Amino acid sequence: MSDSTRSDSTRADLARADTARPSLAARLPGLSALGPLLALILLVALGAYLNENFLSAGNVTNVLARSAFIGMIAVGMTFVITSGGLDLSVGSMAAFIAGVMILAMNALLPSMGVGVPLILAGMGIALGAGLLAGLGNGLLVTKARIEPFIVTLGTMGIFRSLVTWLADGGTISLDFGVRQLYRPVYYSGLFGIAWPILVFAVVAIAGQVAMRHTRFGRYCEAIGSNDKVALYSAVNVERIRLMTYVLLGLLVGLATIMYVPRLGSASGSTGMLWELEAIAAVIIGGTALKGGYGRVWGTVIGVLILSLIDNILILADLVSPYLNGTIQGVIIVLAVVLQRSKSSA
Amino acid sequence: MSAAPERAAAPVLELVDVRKSFGPIEILHGIDFALHAGEVHALIGENGAGKSTIMKILGGFLAPSSGAVRLDGKPAPYATGAQAEALGVVVIHQEFNLAPDLTVSENIWLGRELGGIFLDHRAMRAGTQALLDELDSPIRPEARIRDLPVSDRQMVEIAKALARKARVLVMDEPSAVLTHKEVEVLFRQIERLRAQGVALLYTSHRLEEITRLADRVTVLRDGAVVRRAGRGELTEDGMATAMVGRKLEDIYPAKRHHAGAVALEVKSFSVPPLVKDISFSLRRGEVLGISGLVGSGRTELAEGLVGLRPASGEILRHGVPVKVGSVREAAACGMAYLTEDRKEHGLLLDKNLAVNLTLSTLARFGTPFIDAGREEAALTRAISDFDIRAPRRDMKVGNLSGGNQQKLLLAKTMLGDPEVVIIDEPTRGIDVGTKSQIYAFIDALAAEGRSVIVISSDMPEILGLSDRVLVMRHGRIAGELEGERLTENAVVRLVMGTNEQASGSASHV
Repeated sequence: MSDSTRSDSTRADLARADTARPSLAARLPGLSALGPLLALILLVALGAYLNENFLSAGNVTNVLARSAFIGMIAVGMTFVITSGGLDLSVGSMAAFIAGVMILAMNALLPSMGVGVPLILAGMGIALGAGLLAGLGNGLLVTKARIEPFIVTLGTMGIFRSLVTWLADGGTISLDFGVRQLYRPVYYSGLFGIAWPILVFAVVAIAGQVAMRHTRFGRYCEAIGSNDKVALYSAVNVERIRLMTYVLLGLLVGLATIMYVPRLGSASGSTGMLWELEAIAAVIIGGTALKGGYGRVWGTVIGVLILSLIDNILILADLVSPYLNGTIQGVIIVLAVVLQRSKSSA
Repeated sequence: MSAAPERAAAPVLELVDVRKSFGPIEILHGIDFALHAGEVHALIGENGAGKSTIMKILGGFLAPSSGAVRLDGKPAPYATGAQAEALGVVVIHQEFNLAPDLTVSENIWLGRELGGIFLDHRAMRAGTQALLDELDSPIRPEARIRDLPVSDRQMVEIAKALARKARVLVMDEPSAVLTHKEVEVLFRQIERLRAQGVALLYTSHRLEEITRLADRVTVLRDGAVVRRAGRGELTEDGMATAMVGRKLEDIYPAKRHHAGAVALEVKSFSVPPLVKDISFSLRRGEVLGISGLVGSGRTELAEGLVGLRPASGEILRHGVPVKVGSVREAAACGMAYLTEDRKEHGLLLDKNLAVNLTLSTLARFGTPFIDAGREEAALTRAISDFDIRAPRRDMKVGNLSGGNQQKLLLAKTMLGDPEVVIIDEPTRGIDVGTKSQIYAFIDALAAEGRSVIVISSDMPEILGLSDRVLVMRHGRIAGELEGERLTENAVVRLVMGTNEQASGSASHV
């Protein structure tokens, strides 16, 4: 629209030349993005070196199936954290949903009898409870405008105490007959891959696609990056934030559905500290705790790293398994240090 | 190239053949630049010419790729901004360096608190009060930075620099956010500091300020010094020509508008608590200017109109009443608002160009999956339509110059194809060359039959762009001017209120 000077047009030409072919370096993830992946590969190599059973199908299935619960929750947590939120209540929520689900199935047993419909009803109830729990968290954050940390610190205590109360301080157990029918959901699988691993894989892939290729993911990043800008850009900030909590609640419900057949019971200590493991996995994976940037595949790697450390310590006599927490803690801090060096570069 | 005035005294702070590269791109090409005690040295140039980089190198925030920084003739012994500050080299950044939750006093003494084990709050408060009194500022030492308007924050930054006993003071566009009266206070302080022997670097896009303050002027273009001059050697026109590298014709488009049908009608519109009972109408193809002091309710009115603030009253589009409760509803009614605060409200600074461009119209780029190819195509078109100059397409928007950020924001707003566009401070902190481009864009929007509202504190801008001007004062419309009656004098009278004398230059109101 206006004449450019010679030097200006040279500059513009340069820009155009550059834009024509984005540099390869810019397309590859940086070293800090690959850091978690390298750490994972190192851990696998270390595990294989220390114990020959490490790479056996049995052990791999065991590690992955145990990762699946935290993993599904961590994928949901990635969206909450990316949009600038936090949810401390997920561990208690899982315990609460497990309790409600088992009680409901036991209560429905006389009328429905042992069968697939009863299991499906239990699953529906778990998802419904997760949805409502997430909705509650989300509404308190968006409508009542209370800090997510405070809201979920509160609901964390509420869910935990509710499940303890429902269990009357003990354990809520699923009816033995129903448990036999439900067991394969954890212990069996398709093509030799356990169901929890399959479900986790689907959740992870869907999460990665949602984060990178849908409006929902883009809006989460925008809101976490600067919620004012998002608001001024016609983004429905409150609804997206609410959706992240509801999504997380649903995924906690899904994780519970996969978890209940494993033990067939729930108690006041079910899902203890899951919230911290999930948050740690998200952070190790390279998602910024302050929001604005989310990486679902990183979260998956974070979850695997945390369970591998656990597994290696148990398999190898190198270090006492009691030091598990120490090593995980060091990894979390290292991950954040790596993130910082990225942002200052 | 004319020689700078000879000085017996050696420079306090000096750059010798400084080059700076970011990656493969050289930003500064061998800069020689010196600050002398008791002098104001103005550094001027278009956005992206390299002023900020020079200031960062002087202040120790960036290291040059080659060349030397000399303090008192010796290599500067500092590597960080904090070390430079300890040696009396203080930079006042455009983005303020204040802790928003601390008080004015706490900020001023931050890092050098008085007292032993326990803080001596009283002495610090008294010291702060003395500094603020010197600056003729009514700011209270106990006020929280968060609660202060931008202009007050600027004053606090200046007070902080005074408290640091600066020998060298680098000021990055300090007047950009100040009102006319505050600029006067700032100038008195600059003159006082100069008399005390402080070496000052001053930048501004307002060339009349340069003429008034500067003992020396250095003009930058594309990372090189293109002109050095002493006081009085360069006219404002000469400065602008040197900066842009070409003759500046009138930067405002010729008035031409053939207003069409009424596109927007606003009736007894109020945005509590400030804006009350505003009524006006806007035609197709018309540019309506809104003038008024900072704090007169201009931005509040605009934000109320697009649903960013709760408001009451009636909005009619093409004679049909519409309800606007959010930016989305405003967009659905064909109305868009371009914020005055592009860094806090307009752009995601740590995201790339494409993400920013499409954020408010993302639904048009595919459901359920965003079509990356269409986004890239939209960016390519925006870059050429709005002449956005980005070294790399995938760079963070925060690393673009202010002018290019503004062009991107304009492109983002126009992507929604709004019929009514409200542009708040279209050229704040933007160089002359980009300004004239943005004026041409605004003119083109009106020529296409869109209705444009321009809110501006820049008097020549309001007069140069608008077909009609509304003046706001204390949240109400003080008057409306059009045609013959639309003169600088008339606008200033309305802006200031009839009981005040409109006098002197009005370009800062």
